[in-house]
Amino acid sequence: MGLDFTVVPAHIDIILLGCLWTIAIAVAAAVLSFFGGIVFAVIALYGPWIIRLPFRLLEWVFMGTPLLLQLFLIYFGLVQIGIDLPAFVAGIIGLGLHFAVYNSELIQTAILSVDKGQMEAARTVGLSRGQALRKVVIPQAVRDVIPPIGNNMIALLKDSALVSVIGVSELTLSAQRAIGATYRPFEFYLVAAAFYYVINLGMEWVQRRIERRISISR
Amino acid sequence: MDIDLMMRVYPFFLDAAWVTIQLSLLTALLGLTCGTLGAAARLSRLAVLRFLGAAYVSLFRGTPALIQLFILYFGGPQIGIQLDAFEAGVIGLGINAGAYMTETIRGAIISIDKGQREAARTLGLSQWQATYKVILPQAARLMVRPLGVNMNMLIKATALVAAISVVELTYTAQRYIGSTYKPFEMFLLAGLLYMIIIYVTGRAVAWLDRKVQIT
Repeated sequence: MGLDFTVVPAHIDIILLGCLWTIAIAVAAAVLSFFGGIVFAVIALYGPWIIRLPFRLLEWVFMGTPLLLQLFLIYFGLVQIGIDLPAFVAGIIGLGLHFAVYNSELIQTAILSVDKGQMEAARTVGLSRGQALRKVVIPQAVRDVIPPIGNNMIALLKDSALVSVIGVSELTLSAQRAIGATYRPFEFYLVAAAFYYVINLGMEWVQRRIERRISISR
Repeated sequence: MDIDLMMRVYPFFLDAAWVTIQLSLLTALLGLTCGTLGAAARLSRLAVLRFLGAAYVSLFRGTPALIQLFILYFGGPQIGIQLDAFEAGVIGLGINAGAYMTETIRGAIISIDKGQREAARTLGLSQWQATYKVILPQAARLMVRPLGVNMNMLIKATALVAAISVVELTYTAQRYIGSTYKPFEMFLLAGLLYMIIIYVTGRAVAWLDRKVQIT
């Protein structure tokens, strides 16, 4: 049974819809992972030890186990404790938390590398510790880590394919649906791969533009 | 927490962990091979090889590993490639890891000062001898740690083969979550085994890294 790409156009609408879902899930998870990363970084650096220690452990677990396993835990675990979330919400939470931990690692290093004088100066002009962090230290730290966070976001886009396994109808599962109707796995997975590749190129383009703007503003 | 249940099922998780270890080792071996070839192609003097190397890295890093695995395993038979799930897992993940390792190996090689090659050439070594006897031994030391990071990612990526029904750790966890409705306990068992595998690998890489440093 050779290849026959003429079956693709008839199912392109499901694939495109899947594309939109993939983008929506990736964007939502990216936003969650960005702000989650900042919150996690502040907890890890400034939280009281009673919160910090279990938090460190959690971070360690998130970085030491596969995302797919974490998705199963979140999806089935939430159901078990009585929270019945739609699969795509569980997927966004899983992806978002996973990458928040990775972003947090980057942001922690960046916060520590912001000159101590910045905090001291902010305190001197009358800002509280929290205000100084929020308005002076964190914005500078975040600016420094935008390029590596961009790499994490590109990884997030590719890993969003995993949420198909818990039944979210994004690009990968849409391709599977089309395959179910046509028995043409090679063609449709290749088409899905092409769409991921294009989205990926788009993200790399945006990333380069943002990096250029940051290097100008510095 | 249901300790009794965990005690009953943990032997199955140990078997599964062994499959994950085999997968990781074979994938790493294939990944290193592809990575070496890829880096050689990207640094080649032939434009065709440079282009092929760059295309390999871009395509395999630009699409999800899961899709690559599906194309190979489900799409393979259409173009005459019949593999069982384990073989498809190793080959698919290995080629994917190779794309990341290509960049690691290439990065280490190009970070060696140009003067080293020039000096070697001045002393009468051929281009090939300069690469083999001067550049690579120095680059190899720089590669150990970043390749360790690739290895760490690769171990976690082996979980993807659960989606093509290879009975490794994640698949086993998923199956027992389905049959016992105890997601937390099953996650704990599988997660702990993953962390042990990753920790031991990390120690081994750190040891190797210390071993190859010139003091």
